[in-house]
Amino acid sequence: MTHRIYFDNSATTPVRKEVVDEIMPFLTELGGNPSSRHYEGRVVRTAVEAARAKVAAAINADPSEIYFNSCASEGNNTVLRGYMMGLGRNAKKNHIITTAVEHPSIFNTAAALEKEGFEITYLPVDGKGNLNLDDLRNAIKENTGLISTMFVNNEIGNIYPVEEIGKIAHEHNILFHVDAVQAVGKIHVDVKKIGCDFLTVSAHKFYGLKGVGALFVKRGRVLKNLLTGGHQEKGKRPGTENVVGIIGMGKAIELAVAELDDEAKRVAALRDRLEKRVLEEIPFTRVVGDPSHRVPTLSNISFRFVEGEGILLKLDTEGIAVSTGSACSSSDLKASHVITALNGDPEEAHSSIRFSLGKYSTVEDVDYTVETLKNTISLLRSFSPIYDEFVNANKH
Amino acid sequence: MNYTEKVMDHFLHPRNVGKIDNPNAVAEVGNAQCGDIIKLFLRINPEGIIEDISFETFGCGAAIATSSMTTEMVKGKHIDEALLVTRDVVAEELGGLPASKMHCSNLASEALHKAIHEYKAKYNLH
Repeated sequence: MTHRIYFDNSATTPVRKEVVDEIMPFLTELGGNPSSRHYEGRVVRTAVEAARAKVAAAINADPSEIYFNSCASEGNNTVLRGYMMGLGRNAKKNHIITTAVEHPSIFNTAAALEKEGFEITYLPVDGKGNLNLDDLRNAIKENTGLISTMFVNNEIGNIYPVEEIGKIAHEHNILFHVDAVQAVGKIHVDVKKIGCDFLTVSAHKFYGLKGVGALFVKRGRVLKNLLTGGHQEKGKRPGTENVVGIIGMGKAIELAVAELDDEAKRVAALRDRLEKRVLEEIPFTRVVGDPSHRVPTLSNISFRFVEGEGILLKLDTEGIAVSTGSACSSSDLKASHVITALNGDPEEAHSSIRFSLGKYSTVEDVDYTVETLKNTISLLRSFSPIYDEFVNANKH
Repeated sequence: MNYTEKVMDHFLHPRNVGKIDNPNAVAEVGNAQCGDIIKLFLRINPEGIIEDISFETFGCGAAIATSSMTTEMVKGKHIDEALLVTRDVVAEELGGLPASKMHCSNLASEALHKAIHEYKAKYNLH
């Protein structure tokens, strides 16, 4: 295949070579079950526990507070459903506060809890995608038991003030969960600073494998299991461990955190170059989100008068992978709830493209993408009826 | 839900795009909220033959490809024959469309029907 430019690192990242090297012996020679007492098992157990220590160190937790699982959706479900099931009958603390811009694994799980009789408040965001903490304070009630917010938004890259939210939560004796999937490896994540009780992590967002994640559960906090079974993960997450996934995750998070400061600077410069050139060289473009509170890897830009899936497909044929908030690229045909939440404008969601850069992105990638975009956008606008209408209306 | 080669061909090389000179039937369907707007321009001669046709489309790959295919299928045909072109016929001609695209993004035939019916009403051709 010819050289591809991958600007969809928020969807997933490729597995980095150091991770492949780390897991290779466990794919080829070391095949024991970490629960076994013999040599084959003990070797694997040692590696799994070393990975646990690395994940813990990366987020300033204790290894005993890390529970490996299959993905972030499982982590987020475990917190919301585990919290609900733990309350039992006649639950008093049956009110959960979350936001209008969460990932579907929170959004749809919260909706499922609503059907079970829970009360959910979805905090709104402003035109730049930011939360107003007064809305949070005002939403807290006698029966509020849990606050769940994301650290970084997956579509627009906004960083949310989780430390302040954590303070507010604990002033009111409310448990606090952070979905940190889009934060780890991009900004520093410290569970003690945040003051959270639960935190979700997923390996494939920082060059680890797909199919493995971890949930931080602060010592002393209890969630009901989703699964029943064996003693793995102290009985909290039964099932034979995803050994290679876990070992790879340990290596990936260790490297991601070690490289974070330098890499964030490098990627931010590339992202800024991309964004600046697009805004200057392509008319009727706009940044979606808040450029002053954003991860260094992401830029979401709306291209007025053209539809996102058309842009995505055209760029794809030119060797560039991006994603869109447009309904037309999703199977449920709904425009992005995140971008629609910003200003209630589905048209902007239809026209928005997310560029998410990563450790393999180069300045050549950025410049080629800008040149390709210039052609793509002017071509698609050349037969867009709303562009035509706009141009005619502004002629006079 | 991948697009067929034919859909991609019509998306990447759309036929009959833009505006023709002196159209005598024009129709627009869809809205920006749902993500698709299709506008057709037709020039129909006194014998009822579609001499020329073109489109402008705001929409996804399927919306652009179905617009292109619709114009190609009816160019040079009599308007009554053109009315036999429905969204199912267009989709079939393209080798199929993903299920989710059948309705929202396959509106060009509706625009065609709308344009022809309005043309017929205008000239009392019933």
